[in-house]
Amino acid sequence: MSLKIGVPSKGRLMEKTFDWFGARGVTMARTGAEREYSGAVEGVAGVELVLLSAGEIPRELAAGRIHMGVTGSDLVRDKLADWHQQVAELAPLGFGHADLIIAVPACWVDVDSLDDLDAAAAAFRARHGFRLRIATKYHRLVRDYLTENGIADYQLVDSQGATEGTVKNLTAEAIADITSTGETLRANHLKILQDAVIHQSQATLFLARRAVWDAGTRATLAALCARLGLDCPAI
Amino acid sequence: MTVTPETRAEAEALFAALCATGAAPVEADILQPAGTLLDLYGEDIRARAYVTQDPLQGEMVLRPDFTVPVVQAHMAGGAEPARYCYRGEVFRKQDHLGPRAHEYLQVGYEVFDRDAVAADAEVFALFARLLDGLGLKALTGDIGILLAAIEGLATTPRRKAALRRHVWRPRRFRALLDRFAGRAPLPDSRRALLERLRGSDMAALMAEAGPQIGLRSAEDVAERAAALLEDAEAPAIAAPEAALIYDLIGLAAPADAALLHLRGIQPLMPAIAPAVDRFDARLAALRARGIDTATLPFEASHGRTTLEYYDGFVFSFQGPEAPPVASGGRYDALTAILGQGRSIPAVGGIIRPALVAALKRGRA
Repeated sequence: MSLKIGVPSKGRLMEKTFDWFGARGVTMARTGAEREYSGAVEGVAGVELVLLSAGEIPRELAAGRIHMGVTGSDLVRDKLADWHQQVAELAPLGFGHADLIIAVPACWVDVDSLDDLDAAAAAFRARHGFRLRIATKYHRLVRDYLTENGIADYQLVDSQGATEGTVKNLTAEAIADITSTGETLRANHLKILQDAVIHQSQATLFLARRAVWDAGTRATLAALCARLGLDCPAI
Repeated sequence: MTVTPETRAEAEALFAALCATGAAPVEADILQPAGTLLDLYGEDIRARAYVTQDPLQGEMVLRPDFTVPVVQAHMAGGAEPARYCYRGEVFRKQDHLGPRAHEYLQVGYEVFDRDAVAADAEVFALFARLLDGLGLKALTGDIGILLAAIEGLATTPRRKAALRRHVWRPRRFRALLDRFAGRAPLPDSRRALLERLRGSDMAALMAEAGPQIGLRSAEDVAERAAALLEDAEAPAIAAPEAALIYDLIGLAAPADAALLHLRGIQPLMPAIAPAVDRFDARLAALRARGIDTATLPFEASHGRTTLEYYDGFVFSFQGPEAPPVASGGRYDALTAILGQGRSIPAVGGIIRPALVAALKRGRA
């Protein structure tokens, strides 16, 4: 059986991933027609490339349908319950950096920190009769973070895109989203809470603990790790 | 299978025992309207609730708990005093890998009676009797004492409200108390914020910061800014007073000894007197029902990390592993919210028959 490695199927993430492996002597390339999702790996025998949407890679890792995968550390933490029991982090890849942050309207001159957000939420609920809404697609990460920090009187509302616009559209009072430069936030009159960096994400190579690890795939993993200059993890 | 015939039989036996005390059996729909329920429970339970859409009734939730529907039914037309018992499935998503059930049976008992002390003792003694012989460890607490102590602090109403609000989040409570008592320094971010607010005209500051967007109005912002400035001038909670709160949150002793300790600090904290009197009377009521209060464990902070609606007597019966086999408490504030002005003291608890059945199997 070959060792299946899941890689983002398009765009910068795919190119940077190919570059990262290429720099270590493992050549990845798309094959076939221009729009066909198939690929090949050279440099280590027995590795099969699986091109997937970055958002689906955590699920495929958890199910063990791929042995390894490259995706954002934020996605793995958010989508997988007890992620470290399901996957192992092999190496941060040094690209795809983004911070998961909480942002509020810039006109809230009384709110700079989580502490302020908590107090604002209490007053908001008392005045408006419902919990202060925070729009996000990172439900698990945001909720765990707010719970750990003892924030009350808020509710998460789901937003799968254009999250920065929700405040202006009156469907949320604050947002939790990833940002790299903060430009979209500023353009939408939002500011980042100073002490609320929930997670600093980057593209990361993961190993699926539940994949079938037979003698063949173990040997391939050892060869691949040696080639990449990584410590071969115990499975 | 989540609910086994053995568990269901255990649930029916416990339910029959509760009915035999004269409690009225009640039912609650498995599909409940999500709005009220989730707003009361907070984001943690909301995250664990199975929410679905109904084309006619809107957002619905699979029953995460019986207490709120039972209170609603009582408020809608129950006579006083009232005793209810129920059994059925509740549903909670689990956020961690492991054996905890997503769907399990609860058997419960709720008492609406203005004689609160007697009702507390009645519920605890009844549960102790039903669970006798299973080798469980009982633990009691009383959130009312801590709430009374906060109310009695010589500090601003705003600080008291902040402490009261975070009673159920011990870490946050501790951080606030440290700050209000002057034990923790003002964070740099707050210091900078205060300086900015102090030196400027509010309207100008907000105009400069950006356009007004969202539901939280300029008025809301200005109000909180004024509150922040006012709070910065408030003196720290005096050390002896703060020390009593630190002492209280750490109090863990057999109930009679805890009472003695509370009577000892009561002259320094007169505001807790009515709550300590209630504690005293409750212990007498428990003794009258055959509970040995000289050995009954009491912790002043018990129940602070469970459901936010408990605000008085709380108890649990713990087996060898989490979660507790049974737990419950007083929730007067909840009935006040649901009753919209009308309230009635209420206390109740639930037993998890699956855990009872497992313990009995282990002993057989």
